[in-house]
Amino acid sequence: MGGKAFAVVLTIITLLSAYFIVAHTWWLPADISTTGPAIDRQMDETMWEAGILFLAGQLVLALFCWQYGDKPGSKIKHWPGGPKPVVAFGIIIVGLEVVALSLLGSKAWGAIYMTPAASDAIHVDVQAEQFAFFFRYAGPDGKFGAVHPELINDASGNYFGLDPRNDEAARDDIVVGSLTIPVNKPILLTLHSKDMIHDFFVPELRIQQDIVPGLEIPVHFTATKTGRWEIVCTQLCGLGHYQMKAYLQVLPQDQFDEWLKQQSGD
Amino acid sequence: MPWKHIIALSVLVLVGSSLLVLSAPPAAPAGGTITGKVTYTGTPPKMKPIDMSKEPVCNQQHNPPEKTQTVVTGANNALEYVVVYISAGEKPSGPPSAGVRYDQKGCMYIPHVLPMLVNQDLKIYTDDPVAHNIHPLPKLNAEWNKSQPPGAPAIDAKWEKAEFIAVKCNIHPWMHGYFAVLETPHYAVTDENGNYTISGVPPGKYTLTAWQESNSPISKEVTVTAGETKADFTFKVLPY
Repeated sequence: MGGKAFAVVLTIITLLSAYFIVAHTWWLPADISTTGPAIDRQMDETMWEAGILFLAGQLVLALFCWQYGDKPGSKIKHWPGGPKPVVAFGIIIVGLEVVALSLLGSKAWGAIYMTPAASDAIHVDVQAEQFAFFFRYAGPDGKFGAVHPELINDASGNYFGLDPRNDEAARDDIVVGSLTIPVNKPILLTLHSKDMIHDFFVPELRIQQDIVPGLEIPVHFTATKTGRWEIVCTQLCGLGHYQMKAYLQVLPQDQFDEWLKQQSGD
Repeated sequence: MPWKHIIALSVLVLVGSSLLVLSAPPAAPAGGTITGKVTYTGTPPKMKPIDMSKEPVCNQQHNPPEKTQTVVTGANNALEYVVVYISAGEKPSGPPSAGVRYDQKGCMYIPHVLPMLVNQDLKIYTDDPVAHNIHPLPKLNAEWNKSQPPGAPAIDAKWEKAEFIAVKCNIHPWMHGYFAVLETPHYAVTDENGNYTISGVPPGKYTLTAWQESNSPISKEVTVTAGETKADFTFKVLPY
């Protein structure tokens, strides 16, 4: 009796968990980037492949429970072909799965990480620190001031460590607390961290990238919708981690131009 | 209706006692007064608007946005938030029994610069519906940082050594202030017109120092008499 009941419970749990995945009950929000659809396709493929294996594994287990669970002392005496084919089968199936996922996924991955940003991409420098993000635009001169970590001073708003006293290029750099970008324009971010590992995550952009102190990490994307979305840190970075966020504001080109002009004109 | 009587009585007592206090002549401070104005020459750095968009409840309290406060200027080249204090010429005195309070309101520190004495009680309050993490950055005293969620009781602190301590919030990086921990009870912070008054100074010769957070301090010798002594300071400031 126990074996059959267990088989039934196992089948119900398996089908129910599969249902929520298939029905996209808890899914990512609608994507707003040019690379988003490829990531979503890849996500679906991964879920299908892993899902079929999951279902097969659980249902075979349930079948065995149903068949043999109620016969005490019943042991399988002979497996057709011996254990070797079973192990070989397992290795080949799992291996194929891993290889297939990396091959199919490499395209989506490569479009984001292995391809350089378009040459006309708008460059924004990002500084992450406990517990905020800051964004720097080059200003009217189109040049970023050099960064001197020893000059970083939160008190005076010098989050990037600029040296406007000696460095002319730094004087017109625009430093703000939210990321404002034009729609349908490639954006190149350079991610820095002042203190520890943080993460730049915008679910709608399908971009989640760790920010590692001492490294300059480039990330590029193109937003396809105007609106306002949250940028959150997804690396536990201390007691204020839950408050570490900023906003991504995607504007039509003309509004972005105006915003940029306002920022440099103050 | 005993409640009404009690309220009426307490109002009467309160009004009466405050009238008494107000009408009594102010206790003449023993000694003289040092007064003056702190100004700047040169071009001060441009204070930038503070972007609080990540904390909407604070952001909506500041319209137009607050500006950074590293060099706060007023009309006629006045410099605000300059601490003027007697740095030499008198014996250090113990802390007063009354404490000082520091407030966090709308994700800003109020006041921006808080003077206090060594070992004086300091209470740090929060009025915000968001958590703060107050982090003073002393060089001589022991450093600490403490979290203060909304509604949390005041944080008690005191400083054992005299120094100017920058204060920041680990959650809101734009929050910035200073504790001016002094050995003398004779100090003042300049107002928006750059004016200050230090009263109750026993006549004598002293060194008077003016401290501004982004400039080197300026000192001068003053001779205080029973009346008013004038001492102005001028900081040379740079735009960057």
